[in-house]
Amino acid sequence: MTEELDLMGQDSDGGSEEVVLTPAELIERLEQEDNLRRAKKGDLKVGIHRMELERIRYVLSSYLRCRLVKIEKFFPHILEKEKTRHEGEPSSLSPEELAFAKEYMANTETYLKNVALKHMPPNLQKVDLLRAVPKPDLDSYVFLRVKERQENILVEPETDEQRDYVIDLEEGSQHLIRYKIIAPLVASGAVQLI
Amino acid sequence: MFCDRAMELEDGLRQVLEEMKALYEQNQSDVNEAKSGGRSDLIPTIKFRHCSLLRNRRCIIAYLYDRLLRIRAIRWEYGSVLPNVLRFHMSSEEIEWFNHYKKSLATYMRSLGGDEGLDITQDTKPPKSLYIEVRCLKDYGEFEVDDGTSVLLKKNSQHFLPRWKCEQLIRQGVLEHVLW
Repeated sequence: MTEELDLMGQDSDGGSEEVVLTPAELIERLEQEDNLRRAKKGDLKVGIHRMELERIRYVLSSYLRCRLVKIEKFFPHILEKEKTRHEGEPSSLSPEELAFAKEYMANTETYLKNVALKHMPPNLQKVDLLRAVPKPDLDSYVFLRVKERQENILVEPETDEQRDYVIDLEEGSQHLIRYKIIAPLVASGAVQLI
Repeated sequence: MFCDRAMELEDGLRQVLEEMKALYEQNQSDVNEAKSGGRSDLIPTIKFRHCSLLRNRRCIIAYLYDRLLRIRAIRWEYGSVLPNVLRFHMSSEEIEWFNHYKKSLATYMRSLGGDEGLDITQDTKPPKSLYIEVRCLKDYGEFEVDDGTSVLLKKNSQHFLPRWKCEQLIRQGVLEHVLW
């Protein structure tokens, strides 16, 4: 149980700019613990269980908060990505998160329209939020640990003077690299952000 | 015409909007002149005014959105009840935004696993211990603890209470965590 907690506890989402989907296992665990707690008698055991419960609750809350912060920060881009998502592709948002994102967008648009935009000249009343809100910077550097060995990862150059080159990622090694390059590996679980 | 309701807006905002209106009208007349009178020398001026208009709009939106972000922070720090002091400084549209936001957040939190959902505005720091020593900063009254007993929170009284019960009160400034 603790290993799984460690995995989530590293808050891998905190390192990256994209929103990555997660299983709801932790929530179930929280509920299990709740039941266990009631079953045990004796002060010490109850205390320890309670401590564990608190810890789980903290990790879970922190993780979900992190996701919400990202959703609010990049809401037009996230919603656009959802709109253009293909049938078979899994969403990176839970349905409740998607509802939250849509409500946030509608709320903010209504506010801006009523307070300022409708008082402006007619040709300026529409604001393209996709362009106004900064996009997530997928070129930002992230720390990662390799879980499954990867070969021949293509690294595209940042500047024109550099050329493409390939690298191998050894299992257990740690790297500092641009997020965009390893994004699919995060999604597949081959690397873990730290 | 545009600025009919601008009287309710804050002063600075109103001035910017009026300037935008003036710029726009100047541009409109120039555009007409350029088209019908063939005065293409007006075009740079028109472009310049248009840039000013865009910049004004950008500044306004940045300012308003920044206010929204602070209002959002209020929900996360103080809870879902707006202190009256702050309410006084907010426009009615901002209060409406706040209400929609907290409703949206509440709906989301309710949906998180189980029947009652999970309040993620709690537990902002990793738990170090189960119970914490707290001092009461203001008179709060009776406060019920888990096993049914209640504690009287009077100003300056100190108590040894479960952490999770105290978190909200600490954030609101009623209790203060005492560190030895």
